[in-house]
Amino acid sequence: MLAFSIRRMIEAWVVMLIVALLAFVLFRYVGNPVDQMAGQYTSLADRELMHKQLGLDDPILVQIARFLWNALHLDFGISYHFREPVSQLLMKRGPATLELSFAASLFAIAVGIPLGVFTGIYKDSLWSKFFLGVSLIGVSLPTFLIGVLLIFAFSVELHWLPSYGRGDTVALGLWQTGFLTASGLRALILPSITLGLFQLTLIARLVRSEMLEVLRTDFIRFARARGLSERAINFNHALKNTLIPVITITGLQIGSIIAFAVITETVFQWPGMGLLFITAVQSADIPVMAAYLILVSLMFVTINFIVDVLYAFVDPRIRLHAMSAT
Amino acid sequence: MSSTTPQPALPENTASWWKRLADSDITYSFTRSKVVMGSAFISALLLLLALFAPYVSPHDPTNLASLDLMNSLNPPAWLQGGSWDYPLGTDNQGRDMLSALLFGLRLSLSVSLASVILAMALGITLGLISGYFGGWADTIIMRIADIQMTFPAILTALLVNGVVRALLGLNHTGGADYWVLVLSIGLSFWVQFARTVRGSAMVERSKDYVAAARLIGVRPTRIMFTHVLPNVLGPVLVIATISLALAIITEATLSFLGVGLPPSNPSLGTLVRVGNDFLLSGEWWIVFFPGLILAILALSVNMLGDWLRDALNPKLR
Repeated sequence: MLAFSIRRMIEAWVVMLIVALLAFVLFRYVGNPVDQMAGQYTSLADRELMHKQLGLDDPILVQIARFLWNALHLDFGISYHFREPVSQLLMKRGPATLELSFAASLFAIAVGIPLGVFTGIYKDSLWSKFFLGVSLIGVSLPTFLIGVLLIFAFSVELHWLPSYGRGDTVALGLWQTGFLTASGLRALILPSITLGLFQLTLIARLVRSEMLEVLRTDFIRFARARGLSERAINFNHALKNTLIPVITITGLQIGSIIAFAVITETVFQWPGMGLLFITAVQSADIPVMAAYLILVSLMFVTINFIVDVLYAFVDPRIRLHAMSAT
Repeated sequence: MSSTTPQPALPENTASWWKRLADSDITYSFTRSKVVMGSAFISALLLLLALFAPYVSPHDPTNLASLDLMNSLNPPAWLQGGSWDYPLGTDNQGRDMLSALLFGLRLSLSVSLASVILAMALGITLGLISGYFGGWADTIIMRIADIQMTFPAILTALLVNGVVRALLGLNHTGGADYWVLVLSIGLSFWVQFARTVRGSAMVERSKDYVAAARLIGVRPTRIMFTHVLPNVLGPVLVIATISLALAIITEATLSFLGVGLPPSNPSLGTLVRVGNDFLLSGEWWIVFFPGLILAILALSVNMLGDWLRDALNPKLR
């Protein structure tokens, strides 16, 4: 078990190293950093000085080592576009994205699981068929279109909810939270639905198919024979047995939620990391792009690592297979 | 006998090509489902409209000189203030929405098709190399594929897009927008093709006919493309169709995010982006029609892909 975890850990570090090298290549060779940072009227002497300060004359290995060392300390240089240290920008924007992703996941789970249970139990009812049809359309619709539709319905026509921004935020130390004010919570509703809808359909469909499978098993039949109430059978016996795959998928989807936050944040002008990344892509702001690349990879690699190890912990076959492969 | 001598075609093969198609399982499963036939019909219709956009549109949306600001933000014809000159209304520059829609559809489809073709060419080549030769080439290619698979395609596309923009050294990429899009979408969809082709190539490689071909001195490239490739065309076709639906959505998303096609030459995604600015002031038609066509297009291509996957899968028969 320990050997397996260590091997996976090393693999994860190799991936991170490759991503970091890629980020370095981006930073160093895509456009000239000095030209990006210097203004139009910067003198040649000043440019030379900047060149030296950035250490662009050093041997390439020294530059790589310095880049990696700085990245380990969350120092990603200065944004070309905002003229601010990238780490500061990320610190400011991070909470917004994390809160949005959290709310979206919560929405997806809180609505997705009951929907899945319902369509699994009453699989022939009209509502279940209706939901399955709608979910197919929902999966094919681009995220941004769903966001635009929601804005049109609930902001433009009904005037119920705000169409952009985070509302009022309260500072908890360094963390700006929107959870504690009424306008912050109201502003959270539409973006969370937009971001969570895809995950919702995914979870609901998964729970449904798992429920259909479990309800056919002998122990459910036995529970019926014992005269347990339908409610106890469905929720205490059947649902519990469907939850392991659901937890796994939900965990793996955290990464995608944060990735798709890019789109949702643009639609709702939500001041998070995704919007920062889009601005960086539009303005070819390489340090921000490199930092975002490293952070998102770190997140994905960590989640995959945890899931892999948990799986091996739960299922010895995976562990043994991985052992024999080496 | 040399391997290049063309085999005489079997007579019944050529004579009844149409009949064989009509009798095949695929045609049968096609005619069985109304949803699939509907999707095929809609996809074909949209494809034709896109192909003949310059002939069927009432106005030329690319000709900026013909635009008249007096006619900007007209509602659709059936609403108060609309006119049948502009059946679906006009946008903020006085551009006819119907024409802009048809040309946008044309651009969206052309970008998506081009990027799927790029992804397919890249994926098939790398997959064949990986599966046929194995060894270190296989290790490198598949490791890259593994790493890329962990990220959602949209992130890869955005990243490639940003890097290419930075490389071109300008925010206004001029006419290169189209190819930047094709490159960024193409590079984010090749992995699926490569994996599938690699799997089949590894199976085919060990078969006797490939060994025989190798024995009589056929070059590896020739073996790969004329013997191994035809065996994987079915799954590749399925992936291509599903990728096309995804590419349509990705193109629209990138354009909506402002890193795709510019408003002067809009695709469906750009039209939604432009329209989004006018949504709050009540001009819903600028966003509604492009969005609707986009949704219908993505949905019908998606349905076709799903059906094709099931129809070509012998296990499900």
